[in-house]
Amino acid sequence: MEELDIRLMKGNEAMAEAAIQAKCDAYFGYPITPQSEVLEYLSREMPGRYGIPLQAESEVASINMVYGAAGAGKRVMTSSSSPGFSLMMEGISYIASAQLPCLLVNVNRGGPGLGTIQPSQGDYFQATKGGGHGDYHLIVLAPNSVQEMADFVFLGFELADKYRNPVCMLSDGAIGQMMERVVFKKREVPAIKKDWATTGKTKDRERNIITSLFIQPEKMEQVNLSLNKKYEEISKNEVRYEEIFTDDAEYLIVAYGLSSRISHKTVILAREKGIKLGLLRPITLYPYPYKRLNELANKLKGILTLELNAGQMIEDVKLSVEGKVPVWHYGRMGGIIPSPEEVLENFEKLAKIK
Amino acid sequence: MLTGEKDCIIEDGEVYELVYEKPLTTLTGTRMHYCPGCGHSTAHKVLAEVIEELGIQEQTIGVAPVGCSVFAYDYLNIDMQEAAHGRATAVATGIKRVLPDKYVFTYQGDGDLAAIGTAETIHSINRGENIMIIFINNAVYGMTSGQMAPTTLVGMKSTTSPYGRDADFAGMPIKVSELIAPLKGAFYVTRHSVHTPGNVRKLKKAITNGFKYQQLKKGVTFIEVISNCPSNWKMTPVKSNEFIEKEMLPYYPLGDIKLPSKEDLAGLK
Ligand SMILES: Cc1ncc(C[n+]2csc(CCOP(=O)(O)OP(=O)(O)O)c2C)c(N)n1
Repeated sequence: MEELDIRLMKGNEAMAEAAIQAKCDAYFGYPITPQSEVLEYLSREMPGRYGIPLQAESEVASINMVYGAAGAGKRVMTSSSSPGFSLMMEGISYIASAQLPCLLVNVNRGGPGLGTIQPSQGDYFQATKGGGHGDYHLIVLAPNSVQEMADFVFLGFELADKYRNPVCMLSDGAIGQMMERVVFKKREVPAIKKDWATTGKTKDRERNIITSLFIQPEKMEQVNLSLNKKYEEISKNEVRYEEIFTDDAEYLIVAYGLSSRISHKTVILAREKGIKLGLLRPITLYPYPYKRLNELANKLKGILTLELNAGQMIEDVKLSVEGKVPVWHYGRMGGIIPSPEEVLENFEKLAKIK
Repeated sequence: MLTGEKDCIIEDGEVYELVYEKPLTTLTGTRMHYCPGCGHSTAHKVLAEVIEELGIQEQTIGVAPVGCSVFAYDYLNIDMQEAAHGRATAVATGIKRVLPDKYVFTYQGDGDLAAIGTAETIHSINRGENIMIIFINNAVYGMTSGQMAPTTLVGMKSTTSPYGRDADFAGMPIKVSELIAPLKGAFYVTRHSVHTPGNVRKLKKAITNGFKYQQLKKGVTFIEVISNCPSNWKMTPVKSNEFIEKEMLPYYPLGDIKLPSKEDLAGLK
């Protein structure tokens, strides 16, 4: 019988450990709270096990190192937190255009500006609607446990390679910092053929070029169209979400990451009071579960989004339900985490149940 | 005239003796977009010749910058990546760290390398990345049509220093080679130019060294090339070469700035 590898770890450490097990060839990063453990863990653990950990001079440098190493056909990642992730935006746009598979982790903290080191979900728009310049999308995964911070490293690399697209794991300061049980399963990491990578032009092929420059308008538009086709394909195949008590739900909370954990508790409290509340947790923020939410809306009286921001994902929920039901937002900011009771109370007020 | 001993080519019915040939496998043959007389074309050609003569086409990966040479990959028949403005050495770091046995070089202008990319330049050299940096210093932002560069000479006119560069206002032009040479990660630092055939030959030797020294894995080889930009300097190509001689070289003197010692070079093939 296979022995289970069970550990008690921080989300950030679990993510770093998963990177080694997923045979991440190189990690490039710059320290920033609340995710500095990633670079620290990898600096300690990668040598002698697998991969190269390199501390860059800035997030601008890290993301461009990711570009170079991903373009050379290797499995690479970086991680940061909000201000650092903002610095990477130009590079991410280049990576999306050049179609380089890689994993980019944002352990979201409060902003705008230097903000606070406490958890936040204020970077939802940045992660899901572009962030950098031009028409592009990242595949965005939102873990809500230490286990998922590890699992989504494997999933993230898999999706990145499958679609030649950068994948963003949008976590937050709480999921990154808290300690939980995490199980590492033995997994085979398949070798991926990357015949487009710059590994040195051999005689049997044309030279490979990694670029995001398409100066002729006709060519640029074709690139845009083919990117869009890819995003449609991703939207068709990769929507992931979790449902809790949605079968008989009259009301629904939509929440991801840390908020979904609070909401889960709120749902249980509501059920104890006889309120038929359910939860839909988007696991992929891009692509978003528009269709499922639209179906659910047919039998709902209202939807609450719980977000640790001023109301960002609520726009996608509204797009999903096409005005069929009222959609309310409740959120706290600045790193303040609402209790399940606080959420329930505000839900009852908004839904006029009290 | 035909001697019967050397290679000949026939063009339009005439037989010519072949005295010079462009590198055939390392240049794509695509017509370069550079302005007449621009030093970039010469530098590209020399680079291609060296790759061809060293026989390292299969092991070489280049990084193009943002600047006039953004399309370098259209002309050089090798695997290449096009970096964001200023980030070429970070991209090269990424490549070299995961493919340590390949030859990796960047090719960058002065705006790219010494303004927007200064941090990446300094830190990649300080880490002693085993890459070659070819630094084309034409004292101007060529691609965006003639703005002041960090290397624009004092008094030199550009579209953003229309009365001539005022050192009190804009600072002195940066001597990048002298600035980075003291860093331990800089293994070989040398300055050349493309304004005379003799200097082009010296540049070729330097680029050859720049590649070869990568085998030793002892740090960056940095080759500055003083280059002309007739269009933005608003001069004929001939006058621009004179400008290099009279104005550029007194401030940016040619020659080796840092040479590896004999012991450093032990084991070089
Ligand atoms: C982030 C960013 N800022 C500005 C530009 C515009 N830009 C393109 S090339 C260039 C200057 C290039 O000058 P240099 O590096 O000296 O190279 P040259 O064209 O002279 O060869 C600038 C400012 C850009 N492409 N990206």
